Amino acid sequence: MTLQEALFNYLLRLGDNALIQGHRLSEWCSKAPVLEEDLALTNMALDQIGAAQAFLKYAGAIENKGRSEDDLAYKRAERQFFNNLMTELPIGDFSFTIAKQLLLSSFEFFLFRGLSQSKDQTIANIAAKTLKEVHYHLAHSRDWCFRLGKGTEVSHEKLQNSVNALWMYTDELFEMGEADEVLMEAGIVFSLKEIKPKWLELVSGILDDANIALPNVDYMQTGSRKGIHTEHLGHLLSEMQFLQRAYPDASW
Amino acid sequence: MVKSIPLTKADVLHLLSEIVDPEIPVVNIQEMGMLRDVLLSGDSCEVLLTPTYNGCPAMGIIEQDILLLLQQHGIPNAKVKLVYAPAWTTDWMSDSTKEKLKHYGIAAPLHSSCVNWLKPDQITVACPNCGSEETLLVSRFGSTACKALYRCNGCKEPFEYFKCH
Repeated sequence: MTLQEALFNYLLRLGDNALIQGHRLSEWCSKAPVLEEDLALTNMALDQIGAAQAFLKYAGAIENKGRSEDDLAYKRAERQFFNNLMTELPIGDFSFTIAKQLLLSSFEFFLFRGLSQSKDQTIANIAAKTLKEVHYHLAHSRDWCFRLGKGTEVSHEKLQNSVNALWMYTDELFEMGEADEVLMEAGIVFSLKEIKPKWLELVSGILDDANIALPNVDYMQTGSRKGIHTEHLGHLLSEMQFLQRAYPDASW
Repeated sequence: MVKSIPLTKADVLHLLSEIVDPEIPVVNIQEMGMLRDVLLSGDSCEVLLTPTYNGCPAMGIIEQDILLLLQQHGIPNAKVKLVYAPAWTTDWMSDSTKEKLKHYGIAAPLHSSCVNWLKPDQITVACPNCGSEETLLVSRFGSTACKALYRCNGCKEPFEYFKCH
């Protein structure tokens, strides 16, 4: 794998994570339990889609085949996406989205803090900017973990079930591949293994404060580094990409 | 012959101070810290702009407003370039800008050094209407990503806080 191929692959991972997570959050538009949450979840969707735009634009420039961020978002098939499986899971109930946000935002907190020191200036710049937004996403999901975890018996049970169901997708966030090795050698990225203990400490601290037990899960699901996804990504793409598939190159 | 631009850099900067943030029309893009620089050379004019938030929908409108305004003043081929570094921060807002926000009913951002990101609740936001510090966070996201919703326990009015970024 050349440096260019590794960089392209890694940028797709960053861009796809933001894009798919952003799309899932946008599904809450007009459906959140309260108006304030409708605003919060869709504002976070906007942040994610903005970050996706920046990363995919750079991915297109690195690939150097004339593909724009829109081409990459709307004209790739499921197996060409490299987002972590957790991002593509359906939004579920509110507690499921909150648990997902907590696990992902705390991962992004350490990921972008690390990448803001990248030797690749473009990645460092986008990461530094995105990190500022992640601070608020993390604060939001933490607030809600406390409210749900320490709320009623029902809200506590729902949050605990959501955390349990999501846990088997957490290992994949830190999975290293060939692209990571190549880019680490060039000083562009760092080892995700370094941030796993910090992530676990942050997440288990928040869950503990919210009276939520850390799940005990033996099986960990992976696949996205190779483009292997859950059944849910295809359905998501069929909706997200519909317009460009039905009317190629249609513009606003 | 290349027709050079009839305006100086100072003229263009002055002109661009007419462009306001469409979501907070009391402050312009210079006061917001979004306008980073103007590069003039021969017949080309490049406006360097930094986005507030990655996905801020106001950026597209601001870009169009800039191009239209420059066109009306004899610069037909201006370009807007988005720059990401240094990342936009609310610390660039001057005291007078913060005062304008307050008069508009939006509590101004605290300095970023006042916020511990892992303990974001340890801040006090004063009500822009009555000045009371007895205020309560209602939601971390308001009508736009850059604002949070608060309620004042003094005057009982709801208000928005421009988040520190």
